[in-house]
Amino acid sequence: MTKPGGAIKPEPVVEPLVLDQLACRRGGRLLFEGLCAQVDPGGALLLTGRNGAGKSSLLRLLAGLLRPEAGVVRGGGRRAFLGHDVALKPRQTLGQELTYWARLDDGLARLPAALAAMNVAALADVPCRHLSSGQRRRAGLARVLAAGADCWLLDEPTAGLDTASADLLAQAMAAHRAAGGMVVAAVHGDIGLAGAAEVRIG
Amino acid sequence: MFLLLVRRDLLLIARSPALWLPVMFFVLAAALFPFAVGPDARLLARIAPGIIWVSALLATLLPVETLLAPDVEDGSIDQLIARGIALELVCAARIVAHWIGFAVPLLAALPVAAVLLGMNGADGTRIGLALLLGTPALASLAVVAAALTAGLRGGGALAGLIVLPLALPVLIFGVGSDVAGAFRLLGAASLVALAVGPFAAGAALKPD
Repeated sequence: MTKPGGAIKPEPVVEPLVLDQLACRRGGRLLFEGLCAQVDPGGALLLTGRNGAGKSSLLRLLAGLLRPEAGVVRGGGRRAFLGHDVALKPRQTLGQELTYWARLDDGLARLPAALAAMNVAALADVPCRHLSSGQRRRAGLARVLAAGADCWLLDEPTAGLDTASADLLAQAMAAHRAAGGMVVAAVHGDIGLAGAAEVRIG
Repeated sequence: MFLLLVRRDLLLIARSPALWLPVMFFVLAAALFPFAVGPDARLLARIAPGIIWVSALLATLLPVETLLAPDVEDGSIDQLIARGIALELVCAARIVAHWIGFAVPLLAALPVAAVLLGMNGADGTRIGLALLLGTPALASLAVVAAALTAGLRGGGALAGLIVLPLALPVLIFGVGSDVAGAFRLLGAASLVALAVGPFAAGAALKPD
């Protein structure tokens, strides 16, 4: 939506993502409570902690897939989620799958750039059952990019990615944040998010 | 949005290798009865509506395990929820797609089954109309059962136990469709199932 002449770009105001006194219970076990954090537009939040501490649960909670036991999540604009399951149908080609999701997101115009950014454009005609796990993950990330959401919720986004692909992801996240977007990622190592806040769970 | 979901579901059904399975099952089950009961044409014609309805009911249940369980497992449902799309809408789309995907081929195969069972034209037409009215209820029940059993091991067998008792009204009014008012009751059963189905299935799919 840039106006010709490079005048003031009308930036939709996105509220910061606020996690207020969140608690989460799974299978009768209290994973965490009193969790507070804030992510400002352009910011990033890393969720760390041992296996089973509740990183994925927190992300699912932010994505609306779980209800918090206590506390509220405010702001954050529109959110896009990538979990461990990439939701690609084995018989459909990667292009068909991502086109479907981009239609749901009104993001068909953003799709080609997203495919290029994650280096999956050349795989568009390949049935998803023939994709490697790293390629699937890149496709899932391309779906997040194409969604045009304000806040990305990524569960171990670099799992299964080679170094080159991890670099692509780091660039995409940097571009997203430079445009005022937010990133919340559950991680076990460095994923190339400069100046990110960190919340240790458990 | 709704049309997009239906189109997607239909596309996946059309690409699925099991597309023709329910219809083949329907015709084969109907064809078995003349062998089992014997070649008494009058007897066959008398029990033909019952045979066709039971075969149709069992044919609805065949694809139950692939109706929703794969979407739950591969995270598609998660992606839909994360987009704020109501699960009721998703399930309504699935019911429509399942109906088109199984009832339309079934109706197309009905003449074959009717001939195999020695039905005359008038009876065949009536049972065709009854199937047209009653199959939406079966599709709705199948999606509800699929939602309830998604993520369970051996969910298909359980889905049968859920659907078969609930399908009794449809079966009764469908087989007795020569009685006055049966068509209306059949239509009513379908409307109730269609009205309740998406909400029941949506509620069953909600993550805890």
